[in-house]
Amino acid sequence: MISQADHASSAGGSTDTAPGDDEDGGDVARGVAGYLLGLVLAILLTAASFWVVSSHVIYGPGIPVAILVLAIAQMGIHLVFFLHITTAADNTNNVLALAFGTLIVCLVVFGSLWIMAHLNHNMMPMNELIQQQR
Amino acid sequence: MNSAALPNGVKLPDSAHGPASKRIIVGYGFWIFLLSDVILFSSLFAAYAVLSTAVADGPPGRQIFDLRNVAIETGCLLASSFACGMASLAVAQRNPKWTQIALLVTGLLGCAFLALEFREFAGLIARGDGPTRSAFLSSFFTLVGCHGLHVTAGLLWLGTMMAQFLAKGFRRDIRYRFLCFSLFWHALDIIWVAIFSLVYLVGVTQ
Repeated sequence: MISQADHASSAGGSTDTAPGDDEDGGDVARGVAGYLLGLVLAILLTAASFWVVSSHVIYGPGIPVAILVLAIAQMGIHLVFFLHITTAADNTNNVLALAFGTLIVCLVVFGSLWIMAHLNHNMMPMNELIQQQR
Repeated sequence: MNSAALPNGVKLPDSAHGPASKRIIVGYGFWIFLLSDVILFSSLFAAYAVLSTAVADGPPGRQIFDLRNVAIETGCLLASSFACGMASLAVAQRNPKWTQIALLVTGLLGCAFLALEFREFAGLIARGDGPTRSAFLSSFFTLVGCHGLHVTAGLLWLGTMMAQFLAKGFRRDIRYRFLCFSLFWHALDIIWVAIFSLVYLVGVTQ
């Protein structure tokens, strides 16, 4: 025998969610509050990265690292508050696809930088190359 | 009947629930497309990162980047993304007036962003620092220009969505299209975060 409550929870409890989906006829105030919180956090992080560059609070060579960290944090804010990608069970498919995309992005970017740095290192200096071709 | 439990009380796993609803399949499919678009951008980012020091005799980034302009562009795109979220809430409420208002604001802010970017590019080319000047500028114009092209395509899509909501109302297939559009628009903002941080802000410190 399936109880009424059991049935309701299984129908609505463990289904999937589309990314970026806003619930049909959901609570508007809660929706707006979510987007507003995302907007405020994004503005704070953006302001922080512009401030890091224009002030001398952080040791010079460390600035790119600070900017990278702030950028990744802001992308996370956008994903959670604007695209509604969360760690909830109904979001597993979306998160797994995102994880795979992130893996490929890291492979492409760091792989390219690594290979090109080695190629640069092994290449003959340009003036020697020009002399040999004479 | 979409029962999740057998009559004897044994619960079925999620995979036995049958296919997901169309809305989830549409959203998920478009999410996969967006991730592949992000991978396309990652190759342009990689090219830029490799070539960013290859300035030939041309100007390096710190001489040509105007951070005030970049900050305004960032603000426009962020506010546009927020307005798109408001449109998404209005669509969920089936409110035609606020849907159109929010989409209009989204579009106007997107246009402002594009105008600022176009002005920056035109200024660079007028000074002779166009994409042919150095490898650095080639990769810069390709990366930022590709994002600009995406925003242009998004604006065309946005205009289509406004017209379709007006002409066809909140039909189910139109709402699926709008779900994809809002995903696209938010994803463009995420890519812009990477561009303003890694290209402009890191560029002025090099």
